[in-house]
Amino acid sequence: MRFILRRLGFYALAFWASITLNFFLPRLMPGDPASAMFARFQGRLDPATIDAMRAAYGLSDAPLWRQYLTYLQSVLTGDFGLSISYFPSPVIDVIRTSMWWTVVLGSVALLLSFTIGTVLGIFGAWRRSGWVDSVLPPMLLFTGSFPYFWLATLALFLLGFKYDLLPLRHAYQAGLSPELSWEFFRSVLTHLIMPAGTIILVSIGGWMLGMRNAMISVLSEDYITMADAKGLSDRRVMFSYAARNAMLPSVTAFGMALGFVISGALVTETVFSYPGLGWSLLTAVRQLDYPLMQGIFLMITLAVLVANFIVDLIYLRLDPRVRTG
Amino acid sequence: MAIDVKVTTEVEQAGLDAPVAVANDASYGLRRLPPWLHTIVGSKKSIVGILILILFVLMAVFAPQIAPGDPSDFLARPHLAPSSEHWFGTTGQGQDVFAQTVWGARFTLQVGFLVGAITTLIGTTVGMTAGYFRGWIDEVLSVITNVFLIVPSLPLLVVLAAFLGGGDLWIFSDDMWFFVFVLSITGWAWPARVIRSQTLSLREKDFVSAAVVTGERTWRIVFREMLPNMLSIIVAGFIGSTIFAIGASAALEFLGLGNPSRVTWGTNLYWAANNAGLLTGAWWTFVPAGVCIALVAFAMALLNYGIDEITNPRLRARQGIVRALKESGVRRTNSRATPVVRPTSPTP
Repeated sequence: MRFILRRLGFYALAFWASITLNFFLPRLMPGDPASAMFARFQGRLDPATIDAMRAAYGLSDAPLWRQYLTYLQSVLTGDFGLSISYFPSPVIDVIRTSMWWTVVLGSVALLLSFTIGTVLGIFGAWRRSGWVDSVLPPMLLFTGSFPYFWLATLALFLLGFKYDLLPLRHAYQAGLSPELSWEFFRSVLTHLIMPAGTIILVSIGGWMLGMRNAMISVLSEDYITMADAKGLSDRRVMFSYAARNAMLPSVTAFGMALGFVISGALVTETVFSYPGLGWSLLTAVRQLDYPLMQGIFLMITLAVLVANFIVDLIYLRLDPRVRTG
Repeated sequence: MAIDVKVTTEVEQAGLDAPVAVANDASYGLRRLPPWLHTIVGSKKSIVGILILILFVLMAVFAPQIAPGDPSDFLARPHLAPSSEHWFGTTGQGQDVFAQTVWGARFTLQVGFLVGAITTLIGTTVGMTAGYFRGWIDEVLSVITNVFLIVPSLPLLVVLAAFLGGGDLWIFSDDMWFFVFVLSITGWAWPARVIRSQTLSLREKDFVSAAVVTGERTWRIVFREMLPNMLSIIVAGFIGSTIFAIGASAALEFLGLGNPSRVTWGTNLYWAANNAGLLTGAWWTFVPAGVCIALVAFAMALLNYGIDEITNPRLRARQGIVRALKESGVRRTNSRATPVVRPTSPTP
């Protein structure tokens, strides 16, 4: 229980830090941020938008600490201001429609690459110098060196454009509407193959190497020799004795890797015009939509924090020492 | 030299058997090198990595000789396929892709190494301070480090670049220093965390306690006693940060947050995507820059992998025994425990 409270406190602190950064960044621009942005737009903004932006940033004649409290309150109630590129829809609405696609893409890619990588690592360490152990690590190290978006572009060029095997863009076929039907589900699945596949290809090597090295250390522990001597089946020793303990560092790393993989997923989305948060982020960057950018930043941070908390709960289940300690 | 193989399950004393396990290796002569150099060039993987890296650094340094002239000049018709005149073809604006690839190495590698050096410096300082002093100092520094670690880097980078970048703001008139600045802010936490935990475990070692008891000054203990023992982990941190910086700067530029008129690997990819190189089948506009980024990152990853193999006795000991068993013709045992290989005294 103490462990959970500590973690929750830390996540609250991290989220507060990102909100505070969000509050001060526009104020680091010279002069009044709304005017500075007005200047960047070179007069393409109408006064209503500027007023909306002033309101969103809590810019008023009030002292800074009062502006800050107003900002905190509006963010915590889900009010991120109005989007400029989709004016006058609120940022939160834009985020809400695209968020689920990022969640789908991110979780599918992350879970698959973690599972496959970990299993490969287990087998690699079990049969040291076998073919899994000698061929895969350097190969995956190489594919893992490519930028996410570059492998995505290459896949798009070869599989989508040249050989026309997989759909080029978007998350489902045009003309279909989101509904619970087999046809829609299949369309989503085929559109998911390339984006998720490239993310998996880049990120899987890290999981495999981490698991392999942890597993090698665990395999030389006395209790493994003991389990072997007792005549337990290989499968039992491999999974219930060795892998369960060797997984702990990987699970800890999972929370940390989340941010990296989500970052990769965002850029990958822009290559495939996948309608998630990454795509919205690109739109925001191109149209200088600052409120939307900040909203997406906060939303992704929140998502990563929640996912980390879930990982904590799993860790608690895997490692009984944390529960008592 | 006769080698008697003893397979025991005895836990290997880290460091003690280190040179022995590689004793009949070609790297035998390397033992006289200083230890930090030995950790880098002691494995085949890291040598390959270093060679690739040197190649790219040379390419960046001698760019004016390799591809003379301004790489942004419009020389030919757009999207020409690779030929003897334009080795890598031309871009959608008729620039020479080969020249752009060679010159692009300059900015990208410069940013990468600068960020690597700065983040390693910050990370080492923060990590060693936290790990050495422990207590509330550690608590505070660790919380700050973990906050920076957990906030997803790319959205943060985008927000930072959008507000502070653009050239017209703040002290960053030069976009290279601006890139170095934002990437250092987002990249220092990882090395700090790794170095902190290593410092914590070194702090428990007897030689540190001995130094404390003999009344050595703090800075001497930290710099003369502990730092040399952490060099390989610091080098690994530098490599990791550099890989991160190269990838992240390329991603930012690809999204259009860089300076599009500067020739870098990232902006090359940005223009390749924006000039529809893909839809016209001009694969040569985006393949070279991506392959270069991947090769540099791969070379550094190899280097890291090699260092890991040399500094982690369990990963290394296995090579020793496999080699020794092969030579002596003994059938491989099925034991998964880490064996200890000791050459016996030479037979008279």
